[in-house]
Amino acid sequence: MSEFMSLADAVAATVADGDAVAMEGFTHLIPFAAAHEIIRQGRQRLTLVRMTPDIIYDQLIGMGCAEKLIFSWGGNPGVGSLYRFRDAVENGWPCPLALEEHAHAAMANAYAAGAAGLPFAVLRGYLGTDLPKVNPNIRTVTCPFTGETLAAVPALRPDAAIIHALKADRAGNVMIEGILGVQKEAVLAAKRALVTVEEIVEDFGPRSPNTVILPSWTVTAVAHVPGGAHPSYASGYYRRDNAFYLGWDDIARDRDGFFAWMKTNVLEKGPDAFAVQRRRLTATA
Amino acid sequence: MALAYTATEMMTAAAARALKSSDACFVGIDLPSAACNLARLTHAPGIKLIYESGTIETKPNVLPLSIGDGELCETALTTVSVPEMFRYWLQGGRITVGFLGGAQIDRFANLNTIVIGDYDKPKVRLPGSGGAPEIANCCGEIFITMRQSKRSFVDKLDFITSLGHGEGGDHRARLGLKTKGPTKLITDLCVFEPDPESREMTVVSIHPGITVDQIKANTSWAVRFAPTLMETPPPSAHELEVLRDLHARTKRAHAGVT
Repeated sequence: MSEFMSLADAVAATVADGDAVAMEGFTHLIPFAAAHEIIRQGRQRLTLVRMTPDIIYDQLIGMGCAEKLIFSWGGNPGVGSLYRFRDAVENGWPCPLALEEHAHAAMANAYAAGAAGLPFAVLRGYLGTDLPKVNPNIRTVTCPFTGETLAAVPALRPDAAIIHALKADRAGNVMIEGILGVQKEAVLAAKRALVTVEEIVEDFGPRSPNTVILPSWTVTAVAHVPGGAHPSYASGYYRRDNAFYLGWDDIARDRDGFFAWMKTNVLEKGPDAFAVQRRRLTATA
Repeated sequence: MALAYTATEMMTAAAARALKSSDACFVGIDLPSAACNLARLTHAPGIKLIYESGTIETKPNVLPLSIGDGELCETALTTVSVPEMFRYWLQGGRITVGFLGGAQIDRFANLNTIVIGDYDKPKVRLPGSGGAPEIANCCGEIFITMRQSKRSFVDKLDFITSLGHGEGGDHRARLGLKTKGPTKLITDLCVFEPDPESREMTVVSIHPGITVDQIKANTSWAVRFAPTLMETPPPSAHELEVLRDLHARTKRAHAGVT
């Protein structure tokens, strides 16, 4: 059963140095507050897993928390580069970053295989690309029925999955609606799961019977962090801060500017800073 | 009187016209997204736009900055999970057209979005593949839209992220693919289509005011031209009005906060 904890306790209970950690959320519901707590607690040598590293992993990589990245698209969506990710890959700063690079279809299938308890995922993909030349984990299997050659990748089974959800009820079940990404698969594939939520309610009330709910017994820790997805968004609560994504381009471009921003906005702040952003963005939602 | 328009507007209008109202289109962000929504708002109102975040039949009022802006979900017929999107919808063969861009392209419309230079010691690390390899494999056909320059239209790719026509000829078929691959490449200068035999991308239509020499000067390989070259019709007043309104709404929306 999930336990309600402070964000600091929840991160301490679920993420250790050297872990493989998947923080998911496909543009929507990216768990920024939890990532900032990981940075404040000084976690190191993490293998970061995520389809779209986004600003959240730019920050973790730039602060030296990661030694490896498993991913499929590492840009600032609609804006351009992730400069801290690039600096790590191109110059080994602040530390070298090993890459295991996939395409989206393989990552999505690999999470689903992990959730299903299978050793690998199978897909029709990667034909004619150079990715198998640089990633030895992209292999092939032959269909036993048709003889077709298909791509195979190992299942993703992270030590910890971290997601941000809309609501938790008092029993610690959590609810997601809107763009769902691979959050359900990531939680069910992982050994431990931390969920930050916008709101805690007595009960979820009237809803579609198909609403995505992760039962309490699939989650390790729940932390109440209003605004915890900023500058990503939470459908029905606050909008995506597109202006922040545009502004990140300048912040992250050089090492000193990045570190100064992280010091002021992450190291010297706590989860309450996210509630301020939520209030600001709700007003204009 | 001729209308004043930019090269990007010409490119976007030409790309939009390639789409049909009956298409189900897998949309990439930026230039493809603008073209697909221009098509939906003009000659192709029935087009089904699908973004990899899981949004199906979405009708955004403003262009999304990312592939998963709330606008896409709120205006979609339905939103599915990302594994479902890639497994049932893309791999399942339900998408007629995939619309892609890239950092580098070669004469057979193979694309690179991963790295400039050596993979292990890159000069420039680009974002990566995203959905592109399987979009290029699984959609019925592929349209590509990119700005043309010697840096991006290269003789040899540093890395093949997504397959076009491979080494040309029947290379796709030899890999077991039944889909057509890139059938149109729309740039800010002209429109290319594959040669029926060699599958090399060949200029078939030149935008108004653009010369053959300009196209040659912005392509690193010895570019081929079709025996009969068309002139691309310029953007119409209606296309320009709809596109400019869309961009103006988008700019206001994205500047809304911070």
